[in-house]
Amino acid sequence: MDGEADGTVGMSEDCGPGRRRRVHGMLKLYYGLNEEGKAAEEPESLDPCDINGPHFDPELYLNKLRRECSLAELMDQETCMVKQIRSLDSDMQTLVYENYNKFISATDTIRKMKNDFKKMEDEMDCLSANMAAITEFSASISGTLQDQHTQITKLSGVHTLLRKLQFLFELPARLNKCLELQAYAQAVSSHRRARCVLQQYSHLPSFKGIQDDCHAIMDKLAQELRQKFRDGGSSAKDLSECVELLLQLDEPAEELCDKFLSHARSRLESDLQGLEAEIRPYPSASAVKDASARRLSSTTGAGSLTNNSPKTNTLPSPTSNTDILEFIDRGCNEFVSSLCLVITSYQELFINHAQTGELASKNIPQMANAKLHVFVDDLAARYFSLVERRIQEEKGVGDNSLLVRALDRFHRRLQAVAKLLPGSTVPNKGTEIVIRAATERVKQYLSALQSFYMDSLTDVRQALATPRLSVAGASVAGGGSLLGGPASGRDAPTSLPELLSSLSASILNQIKSVLASVHLFTAKDITFSNKPYFKGEFCSQGVRESLVVSFIKFVCQSSRQFCESAGDKGGSTPPALLLLLSRLCLDYETSTISYILTLTDEQFLVQVQGLIISQMLRKSVETRDWVNTIEPRNVRAVMKRVVEDTTSIDVQVGLLYEEGVRKAHSSDSSKRTFSVYSSSRQQARYAASYTPSAPMDTNLLSNIHKLFSERIDIFSSVEFNKVSVMTGIIKISLKTFLECVRLRTFGRYGLQQIQVDCHYLQMYLWRFVSDENLVHFLLDEIVGSSAHRCLDPAPMEQSVIEVICERG
Amino acid sequence: MEDDAPVIYGLEFQARALTAQTAETDAIRFLVGTQSLKFDNQIHIIDFDDENNIINKNVLLHQAGEIWHIGASPADKAVLTTCYNKTSDSRVVSCAAVWRMPSDWETGSHESPDDTAHNPQILELLCHLDDSAHGNAACVLWEPMGDGKRVISLADNHALLWDLQESSTQATVSSTATLEGKGQLKFTSGKWSPHHNCSQLATANDTAIRGWDLRTMSQIYCIENAHGQLVHDCKVKFWDVRNVQEPVKTLEEHSHWLVNCKGGRGGGVHLLHLDLQNNHF
Repeated sequence: MDGEADGTVGMSEDCGPGRRRRVHGMLKLYYGLNEEGKAAEEPESLDPCDINGPHFDPELYLNKLRRECSLAELMDQETCMVKQIRSLDSDMQTLVYENYNKFISATDTIRKMKNDFKKMEDEMDCLSANMAAITEFSASISGTLQDQHTQITKLSGVHTLLRKLQFLFELPARLNKCLELQAYAQAVSSHRRARCVLQQYSHLPSFKGIQDDCHAIMDKLAQELRQKFRDGGSSAKDLSECVELLLQLDEPAEELCDKFLSHARSRLESDLQGLEAEIRPYPSASAVKDASARRLSSTTGAGSLTNNSPKTNTLPSPTSNTDILEFIDRGCNEFVSSLCLVITSYQELFINHAQTGELASKNIPQMANAKLHVFVDDLAARYFSLVERRIQEEKGVGDNSLLVRALDRFHRRLQAVAKLLPGSTVPNKGTEIVIRAATERVKQYLSALQSFYMDSLTDVRQALATPRLSVAGASVAGGGSLLGGPASGRDAPTSLPELLSSLSASILNQIKSVLASVHLFTAKDITFSNKPYFKGEFCSQGVRESLVVSFIKFVCQSSRQFCESAGDKGGSTPPALLLLLSRLCLDYETSTISYILTLTDEQFLVQVQGLIISQMLRKSVETRDWVNTIEPRNVRAVMKRVVEDTTSIDVQVGLLYEEGVRKAHSSDSSKRTFSVYSSSRQQARYAASYTPSAPMDTNLLSNIHKLFSERIDIFSSVEFNKVSVMTGIIKISLKTFLECVRLRTFGRYGLQQIQVDCHYLQMYLWRFVSDENLVHFLLDEIVGSSAHRCLDPAPMEQSVIEVICERG
Repeated sequence: MEDDAPVIYGLEFQARALTAQTAETDAIRFLVGTQSLKFDNQIHIIDFDDENNIINKNVLLHQAGEIWHIGASPADKAVLTTCYNKTSDSRVVSCAAVWRMPSDWETGSHESPDDTAHNPQILELLCHLDDSAHGNAACVLWEPMGDGKRVISLADNHALLWDLQESSTQATVSSTATLEGKGQLKFTSGKWSPHHNCSQLATANDTAIRGWDLRTMSQIYCIENAHGQLVHDCKVKFWDVRNVQEPVKTLEEHSHWLVNCKGGRGGGVHLLHLDLQNNHF
């Protein structure tokens, strides 16, 4: 039994797994699980001994078990396997049962559905039968009602016709009544309604009669309207109504336009005359009062735009009795607003209406538009000329804000006209006026600035002239006022820096205040500041170019005039003033404007100072008989004077200018320079010139020397510092000395005197300049040239020269 | 011409005197006078060949002294005037004279150009324009477009109008004008106006320009401070004698100082200047 059981178990073991494997494989196939996926996860499934693997071989597995396992293990294996088989069997049974249940319920559902559909089909058949019956009935009903319907429509047509006829027959009477009551509008509209019909049936005598009656009445009416129109007393609104009616009565539009415009013109002109009267000075105070009273009433009527604050300070000046804001206000409220009214009503009447009505075909809108433009332009031109006259009266520089606000209001009101009349030139012209006024104002500011500048300059000149500034005095006073405070500072001669700062501060203040008031023109809340002109051109062109720059130009020009007059009158302008001016220009250049023009100014200072020293040197060279001069014993007094003057200029310039950079001095600058100056190169040059056999060598040597030494540009530009200014002055002076020397002929002692003088200058001038080699070179040149111009070139011993100079 | 490189001619000595020879119509010719204290001075005759852009030179000896001013006769291309310094007995005197070039200088130069440099021919003195009463001569001006018979010399503060006779071998003073004023005034240069029938003269002293009427020998206009500097200020200014308040035009391109300027005739204005720094022009 056990054996059998064993056998069956063996059999079941044998075939059970195999069957299960097939079922398993089929299930897997059904659920889309592929072998490879599984193989990838479990690579050992290829093993034939894996009971769950696809390649399971029961024979092999059994053999393997028998070979490898003990009996106990085999028994365990068997029970485990039986347990597994049982559970798998029960699983399978459960699944089959469940599926069966589901199938049964599905069959039930389908059967039920079949029954329901059957019932529905019957109901649908019934419905379609009913619908057919309804259609039949409705057709029969409409058939019976047809006749009655046509009769009713005919009757209603007759009714309306009869009413129309009644209207027509009553028309003459009604028109008459309207005429009596002056209800022109109603009359015209009635007539318009009847007109076409009457026209159509005028071949029938009765209608003809009515038409004639109507015509007569309407003619009368038109006559009356025209009369009313001509009288002109009525308001603009009445007038426009009048015109509207006349237009509807087929009056010629062009004529009406003209009439309308001429009527409007007469009213606007009275406004303009009122304005003109304001411009003319009228003497009686009562008239002024009257005007302002009228204006008050008109402004309160006009609306809330007007601000009351300016009115309180409008004291009528002798020249113009109302201020500009008031004037513009009045112009706006009276003239511009009624002009706007005229334009709107005109457009309403002649253009908008005509476009919709039958008049459009006759080119009426174009004609009317053209007429309107001419009209507006004409009147606006007159208004503008008045405004401009008024603006021109605003000469005072005083309160700019009033003018700006007046202009703003003027401009803003014109915008309304611009909106009404898109193609008109009026706003442009208005803007032009504003621009002109602005530039005019800027010019006034400029001239005010200029006169202020000239005044302050005269003050400075006086301040400079009264205590003749000696250098020491200036420096002492400068120090004193710094220490002593206001008490001593007032009466003491003002120092240069003090004058400068006060002058520049006052001018700066003036410019600032002017700019502030000009700035009002471009304030945000002013309408015309948004115009492209005021955004760009006005700022750059108007303010910067014509105000600031031309002021600076003026300053420069006047400075230059001072410079040139200094040349004319031989120093009637104190150089100190020039110095001051140059510094002033520099201040403006650095602080406010980068304007190169000022550079020239400094150059002039240098040239004028240089001129004074060069004149001294020149006279000293020219007036002396250099050929027959005696042996030098002293440095000439002129040279000492030159050094003294240079020192004093240095102190003065130092008060106003910074030190500036200079090249490093050689350690022996003060004492041993002359040895540098008469170096071997120089000796060679002299030696060569002694020997008449080699004339070309002299030239050759000096030319080569020139080639290699740096060229000196005498009038090179000057920088704004002390050293540069002094360098400029000394360069000019020495160059003059050189040129004068070249024009003279020297004797032996003449040359020696020049040598002494040059050495003396060498000793003292090097400290003032930026590059001492410059002085070396120029003095070198002077001695060289005088040697060249010397009949008997025998230079003095270097040691002797030094002794003379140190003694001198 | 504009595209050509500038032509440079080197002199052995420094020079301050330059003139164009207007009587020579065939060639473009300039005369230059040198300045040397130690050697014989020379007059260089410089022909500019504008077709080939080259220069031909000839040298004449001027042994009287260093030349400060030179003027060529507008009528006779062989005649010229110089103002020169003469040093004698340790005194320097300025003189003026009329000279004639040797007739064969042109032919001589062509035969042996090298020779002329070493053995230059000598100018022939026609007459002195000296009047001991009137000081040192600064310059001599020929009557422009004239027949070469009238010259003006400027000496210290006098302007002397000379008539030349007997083929320029005799000179007599026909009229004089004197510059009056504070201090020691001296004419430095002058120019005879070619307009108004050659009856006007313009002179310079210090920084002032004066106009003179030669018929009455009196001053007719004066431009004070025509130039701002005692030294030359690198500027060329054009003046209109009808309006002496403002210069017509000012040129400031020159980097060196100008000593002398000559206004051209007619519309076009040509300027020539002597460059003192490098002996070039």
